[in-house]
Amino acid sequence: MEIEFAAAEGWLHNVWLLIAVPLVSAAILLLLGKRADKWGHWLGAGSVGVTFVLALTFFFQLRGMDEREGVELSLFEYLPVAGLKVDFGLLYDPLAAIFTLLITGVGFLIHVYAVGYMSHDPGRRRFFGFFNLFVAAMLLLVLGNNFVMLYIGWEGVGLASYLLISFYFDRPAAATAGKKAFLINRVGDAGFAIAIFLMFATLGTTQYDEVFNGVGQLTGATVTAMGLLLLLGACGKSGQFPLHTWLPDAMEGPTPVSALIHAATMVTAGVYLIARSHPVFDASETAQAVVVTIGAITLLIGCIIGCAKDDIKRVLAYSTVSQIGYMFLAVGLGGAAYALGLIHLLAHGFFKAGLFLGAGSVMHGMQDQTDIRRFGGLAKHMRITWITFLLGYLAIIGLPPLSGFFSKDPIIHSAFERHGWSGWVLGSVALIGAGLTAFYMTRLYVLTFHGKPRWTEGQHPHESPPVMTIPLILLAVGSVAAGGLMATSVPGWLEPVLGEHEEHHARLSEWTVTAMTMAVVILGAGLGFALFRRGTALQEQPAGPLVTAARRNLYFDTLNEVVFELPGKLLTRALVFLDNRGIDGVVNGLAATVGGGSGRLRRAQTGFVRSYALSILGGAVLVVAAMMAVTLS
Amino acid sequence: MTTDIAAETLKLPSLDYAALAPMLILFGVGCVGVLVEAIAPKKARFPVQLVLAVLGIAASLTAIVLAAGTEKVTAAGAVAVDGPGLFLQGSIAVLGLVALLLISERSLERGGAFVAQAAVTANSEADRDQATRGSGATEVYPLIIFSLGGMMLFAAANDLLTMFVALEVFSLPLYLLCAMARRRRLLSQEAALKYFLLGAFASAFFLFGIALVYGYAGRVDFAGIHAAVLDSPNDIALLYIGLAMVAIGLLFKAALAPFHVWTPDVYQGAPTPVTALMAACTKVAAFGGLLRVLYVAFERSQWDYRPVLGAIAVLTMLVGAVLAVTQTDIKRLLAYSSIANAGYVLVGVLAISKAGLASSLFYLVAYGFSVLAAFGIVTLVRDADGEATHLSRWAGLGRRSPLYATLFTFLLLAFAGIPLTSGFTAKFGVFAAAIEADQTWLVIAGVITSAIIAFPYLRVVVMMWLSEPGESTPAVSLPGALTAAAVTIGAAATLLLGIVPQPLLDMTENAAHFVR
Amino acid sequence: MDGYLGSYATLGITLLAGALVFVGAFSANRVLRPRRPSVSSGKFESYECGLDPVGGDWAQAQIRYYVYAYLYALFAVESVFLFPWAVIFDRPGFGGAAVVEMAIFVAVLALGLLYAWRKRVLRWA
Repeated sequence: MEIEFAAAEGWLHNVWLLIAVPLVSAAILLLLGKRADKWGHWLGAGSVGVTFVLALTFFFQLRGMDEREGVELSLFEYLPVAGLKVDFGLLYDPLAAIFTLLITGVGFLIHVYAVGYMSHDPGRRRFFGFFNLFVAAMLLLVLGNNFVMLYIGWEGVGLASYLLISFYFDRPAAATAGKKAFLINRVGDAGFAIAIFLMFATLGTTQYDEVFNGVGQLTGATVTAMGLLLLLGACGKSGQFPLHTWLPDAMEGPTPVSALIHAATMVTAGVYLIARSHPVFDASETAQAVVVTIGAITLLIGCIIGCAKDDIKRVLAYSTVSQIGYMFLAVGLGGAAYALGLIHLLAHGFFKAGLFLGAGSVMHGMQDQTDIRRFGGLAKHMRITWITFLLGYLAIIGLPPLSGFFSKDPIIHSAFERHGWSGWVLGSVALIGAGLTAFYMTRLYVLTFHGKPRWTEGQHPHESPPVMTIPLILLAVGSVAAGGLMATSVPGWLEPVLGEHEEHHARLSEWTVTAMTMAVVILGAGLGFALFRRGTALQEQPAGPLVTAARRNLYFDTLNEVVFELPGKLLTRALVFLDNRGIDGVVNGLAATVGGGSGRLRRAQTGFVRSYALSILGGAVLVVAAMMAVTLS
Repeated sequence: MTTDIAAETLKLPSLDYAALAPMLILFGVGCVGVLVEAIAPKKARFPVQLVLAVLGIAASLTAIVLAAGTEKVTAAGAVAVDGPGLFLQGSIAVLGLVALLLISERSLERGGAFVAQAAVTANSEADRDQATRGSGATEVYPLIIFSLGGMMLFAAANDLLTMFVALEVFSLPLYLLCAMARRRRLLSQEAALKYFLLGAFASAFFLFGIALVYGYAGRVDFAGIHAAVLDSPNDIALLYIGLAMVAIGLLFKAALAPFHVWTPDVYQGAPTPVTALMAACTKVAAFGGLLRVLYVAFERSQWDYRPVLGAIAVLTMLVGAVLAVTQTDIKRLLAYSSIANAGYVLVGVLAISKAGLASSLFYLVAYGFSVLAAFGIVTLVRDADGEATHLSRWAGLGRRSPLYATLFTFLLLAFAGIPLTSGFTAKFGVFAAAIEADQTWLVIAGVITSAIIAFPYLRVVVMMWLSEPGESTPAVSLPGALTAAAVTIGAAATLLLGIVPQPLLDMTENAAHFVR
Repeated sequence: MDGYLGSYATLGITLLAGALVFVGAFSANRVLRPRRPSVSSGKFESYECGLDPVGGDWAQAQIRYYVYAYLYALFAVESVFLFPWAVIFDRPGFGGAAVVEMAIFVAVLALGLLYAWRKRVLRWA
């Protein structure tokens, strides 16, 4: 199928505003400095609100069109030189449209929430500046019409994420977490960059349409390599195995950051990347197999570690890791499952943002306590937070008719449908994951809101102000309603991008899978309720090897240390030695030669007109002589 | 007898006034400027001259825009109006306008950067008096307008004699302008005298070259020379020696090694706004003339002059880059940087192709904007004795004035050719054109020297940001509206041409065709 | 007296004649003059009128002389163009246009004079 985009016309011509508005707002906030302290947060939130309204108008514009393949708005070309050119432009298609709505919609709610959450923070203006920068970069990421722009946005969100994780840079843990996120992302980004180089080298372009149309001409090995390199980039950004270790640490940033960047939007960029480059993955069985494997492994890892953590934000972070695992699993399955992965992404954006904001609200009322062993019985003290958190919790475990049910069940079902024995394995893993999710989320919910208070001295839990609770309520409404709505509408909406897929005959019927899932979920939730109904010990208790391993993040940090850090350190030491002795010697020698030559030549610049005239005359004689020599030879 | 024959064949040349308008307007405005000097009351002169000059350049620019697309030879073959000519004239007008903003700044110093009476003996009582209290000179405006008019004519001259006249018309005012600095009068006068003596010396070469070429071709117009290059029965040595000498005159103006020796001294001594004007506009005009001579008149001897001029390009890049390493004065550093940049333009010129022509035009404009902004910032870093140009005084500037240090860092990165600045796009263009024309050796030399010259730039960056400001670090003056505008325009152009170069690239591409 | 170098023969003869006159004059002087060796101081000076040719070689000249020299050059150049113009301006096809052009040319030069006058260069003070 030949892919072609129409040129943007009419109102869609202004699609660039989506990026420009938050970018200008960020520039104002960061450049004006203290002068903007008084009103900066409202500008920050307002600009995202305006962007959301714009996104809505564009969405309806696109919906009213007959051909919804997407429209392209070319901005400028950059240095078209001999087979190497990048046409910078924007692509507004159904896929970009739903991401734009998610980013600006959820983003707006979280911005409003942050106005209240950050009200006592002296760095609030700076926070909103970075936050707006993130929104602009994220929109650039989803709206670009080529992989280079995607990469620029990719790095932009990476930068914003780094700045916001280490927002409290005076706390060593936050500074380290920021660096960790930045460094681990470099590994993934290097893969992504090489994939782009590969496109340049083999296809001479990075435009989406040209790349996708050209995939057919490439050899299988090249496509597989391209797919795996893109996947490496996606794993880095989305916190997938084996590059998932930065995401839980990223919770050191302010909670709105965790909600927007590290739950709802940025970490799903990997899913976007794979969905966007689906023709590449469709063309390579191997790459797809690797994607589903990674998704399955990650979703299990996330669940297992999530069961053993005691920090409310870290449990949610591992939950994010595991839920994105589901999305990877879905987009790896290909075909009709692409849309399922994206639906889960959108639904997850709502309920996970709501859960994080709820956690933030709890922390707000509990003097920034994050240890769930120190909560308990909060339902009475913060009604709104409790109800909204409850809805988010029910959504994530997949209780019908909340959104998780509509988005997760079909993924589990599709996993079973994968051909051969792998379908049974993947389906079972996804099923076990659902049970574990129910278990650890129940544990989290029960320990926080029910049972007897286990607070530290001097806690006076209270409900958060309306500026925080209203976004919570709206997100809760989204968690309840969004799943059902999207499950029916999104696959058709995305058809122009992902193509039509017919349901092939089912190995297991839908009802069977639903029944199995419900059974597992009820089992997990019941177990969690039974175990933690009466609270838990205040200190970490000795436990069996599996729990200990889970508490230690399944030793992935240790693994990283041994596999990457140690050889890295040795390599660095060797390189430093080589650098000091070898390269520096050569460089310094060269520099000394140039410097010495410069000093000597400089003496020719005497300042006397007569010697200058002599130099000109000498030059003239040489030029004339050279001309004659060239001519006569 | 002979007079009768001459009279019979003599006819009034046809003049295309629309095509000549850009230059005529400027010369007319220059004359009006002299008139204003003669009769307007002293107090009114500055505003009148400023408005007159700005309007004059704007009118000239309008005439250029209106003439866009013209391709003809007019005024009895003396002036060629074509794509490159109009593009160069337009660049000269725009860059000249920005330089005029710098020149007109009077809020940094009472009376501006110029003294009213440059002939007063330096360091005498009267001289010190006028340096501290005297009002500024307004003669600079007609001088600059005449100079810009001369540059435009130089870029459009279609025969060697017109070219020579234009050369003198734009050089003489520059000699005078160099001598008028308010501070460091002795250095300024020395610069002017050096520039004048060496300029006269180079002009002599140019004139001698014209004579020899005429001896060979029997014509001085470029089409005639082009026709004669392969067909004339005369001794070919005349042609080559003549070409070499004409080239020397042009290479001198463009500051290419080994004819660059005047540049550092003159750039340092001249008032900084005038240095900016020379670095931006004179470079455009000089390369405009060189392009026309090489592409139109001597195109058919390219196989002969290419290796020689190639060697000069390599030498220029090397000398500029290597000598920049040990400079201790920011203006001298920028002077050597401009020498090296002239070498890069020559690399583009020597492609002798459409791409080479287009990329050289682009380079000249891109460099012109950057260098104007850079010298604009130099005028701002000052203490009680005027500008603090010694590099040691710039240490720690990043702490004192982060905005200007950031801007200057950005401009230095542009000079070094870092991507996303106009410097990268421009260098990329000339190198690409040279490779296409099989002049890879020039590109190799260009890349090596780029690496060398990045060192002095980065040294300044390191000094500004990583050193603690000392006692002697001067404050950065708050710029007046004019300097602020000039620096903003220059820096914005540097950024835009780095990120969105395509419109200007297209423009140079469309302009790159000489009429013969 | 013909051939390529023929025209140089005249030059050669002139040079030769000059040398002959020079040598002849000095020889005549030597033969005719009275011989009176003396030690009086004035006798060995270059200029017997009494002007001392020895002294510093940096003599300052009045700057005004230069200004007058420039103004003179201005009008000398003008006349160089005026003569050929005067020969042809009444021929067909020239007429009015030629008069206007020359008027502009003269006006530009006059502008220079006006400027010099207003700057009080013409006053010797």
